[in-house]
Amino acid sequence: MTQKDAPPRWDRRMQQRLARGEAAALGELYDRFASLVHSLAHRVLGDERAADGVTREVFAHVWEHPDSYDPKQGPMRSWVAQVTHRLAVQRLRATESAALSPGGSGSAEELRSVEGKVRRASVAARADYIVHSMPAPLRAALELAYFQRRDYRQAAADLGVTEDEARRRLRLGLQLLSTAHDAGTPRGHGGAV
Amino acid sequence: MNGPEGFAAHDGRDGAREPRIPPPRASVEDSGLPLPDFTDPGKPDPVPLELSHDVLKSLLGAWALAACSAAETAAVEEHLGDCGACADEARRLREAVGLLQRPESLDLDPALRTRVLESCLKRRPPRIPVPEWAAPYDAETARLDALLQDFGDAEWHAPVRLRWFEADEATSRRTTVAGVIAHLLSVDGLVAVALGLDDPLTEAAGGEPAAVGPAARTDAFWRTSHFPPTRSVRAPWREQSHRLLRTVSFTGGGTGGLMVPYGDFGLPLHDAMLDRSFECWVHAEDIAEAVDYPYEAPAPRHLHRMIDLAARMLPVALAERRRAGLSGAGRPPRLVQAGEPGRSLRLEIEGAAGGEWLIPLDSPGARGSADLEVAHVALDGVEFCRLAAGHVPPEEAAAGQVGDREAIRDVLFAAAGLSRM
Repeated sequence: MTQKDAPPRWDRRMQQRLARGEAAALGELYDRFASLVHSLAHRVLGDERAADGVTREVFAHVWEHPDSYDPKQGPMRSWVAQVTHRLAVQRLRATESAALSPGGSGSAEELRSVEGKVRRASVAARADYIVHSMPAPLRAALELAYFQRRDYRQAAADLGVTEDEARRRLRLGLQLLSTAHDAGTPRGHGGAV
Repeated sequence: MNGPEGFAAHDGRDGAREPRIPPPRASVEDSGLPLPDFTDPGKPDPVPLELSHDVLKSLLGAWALAACSAAETAAVEEHLGDCGACADEARRLREAVGLLQRPESLDLDPALRTRVLESCLKRRPPRIPVPEWAAPYDAETARLDALLQDFGDAEWHAPVRLRWFEADEATSRRTTVAGVIAHLLSVDGLVAVALGLDDPLTEAAGGEPAAVGPAARTDAFWRTSHFPPTRSVRAPWREQSHRLLRTVSFTGGGTGGLMVPYGDFGLPLHDAMLDRSFECWVHAEDIAEAVDYPYEAPAPRHLHRMIDLAARMLPVALAERRRAGLSGAGRPPRLVQAGEPGRSLRLEIEGAAGGEWLIPLDSPGARGSADLEVAHVALDGVEFCRLAAGHVPPEEAAAGQVGDREAIRDVLFAAAGLSRM
């Protein structure tokens, strides 16, 4: 979770190496993104084996279609997260629908409940990604206030910032996080997860 | 300060999957009073503070996280009754709090990497594959890196004892987990230098004359880098291992003859990469033991290659023991012409990684011969590797043995002597 954002140069270079079929590049890609991919997939699907399966599909997709990444749209990390999100949600919808009435088509109510579940899983995964990729100072402030139950004055002291700044970080962090509910058109890859 | 009771109002942090939607703000707005949850019934209500709109707005995040004082909480909630914009934001931020979840710290199954990469490469065969002989290094560095993933400062500075055999004596040095990674970085650097890549030692030492050999390089690194090594050594080690894999993928089969100098000896590139994968595993085990984590043996096909390398190095190690006067006394070696069959020891390695090797005893140039077999040693694969790593004393190696006892003793000590810092 502490990995710094890669410079765009790394992203472009990686894309070229994947495109020319360099197996070592695939290994590096896995080493950099596997834990992100797996944890997002797990958040959506809530199942270890299903998350393993999505991880396999995501890397296969990236390996087979490196050109579908557009560096102008944002960092490769966001794109990989977006692909993960899409494939995980697809799988969730498929398994949930398959679990409906044996006939194949569920009642309208059942279908609604599937969609509700898919939506909640989507929001949860988006929220994870937002927390994961928000600036570290904001994440640190949220971490202190939420998981360690520090109030904002204590958090300010822990972080070595003013109380004003601590309040600002908490508010900004939550504002970013609240966009997880927006399923609208994303800004580039970043919001699309 | 807000007491623990303040958290009960919207405590979504106990791992519940569903985001907790806070109670509708309408109840507050209707009554104009703070939420009853926020006040301890045993204490008088705090007197609301007089705060400006800007300050109240700036408190919304802290309020949503129940991270402000009781007086500030009361002031914010009174304000929410009057200010629609702040009430909207407050609701949004409260809902966002429900989305905070503990990061899932599920350890990624290290075997997943192999499965994922294999399935990718089956679907689209690589134009530039990782050479077979470099695959163990790829796998072992990835496994070690995964072990390091969640280490905190306590783990990075945990004491580790490096152990090896020198002149038939168990030897050791104390360092830390970070020191072990610095050691791997320094010695992997031998391969980097042979391939024409940057020497990590030059970077750490700021141009100190290059030390030769694994131990000298490690010492030089430990001495000249910011001491003691910290977690910051992980990234350069990992980047170098990626760079090595990338470079050997491109140089492919053409560099098989390239020698990697280790100081007093050299190894062809293919074997040097195997040797580095072996060292990476051995030291990963040292680290895992130091921090009390489980760590598995390498995949059998990789372990097999490592054992094969050790078995191929044994005849030279035996010759060195003879030169150093360490071999069993009394029996002069028989002269054998290069390429001719010579007296041999059958090394039988059990398990999925196993196999059989005939080790010529009298000369590195001789050919192992079943007809001239004078002894037979059977060992488990991992046990043999621990012996070759200097982690198991030769006298204690749990080996089944038949035949010439001197020969067996020589070979077991020679195996332990393959170890180094």
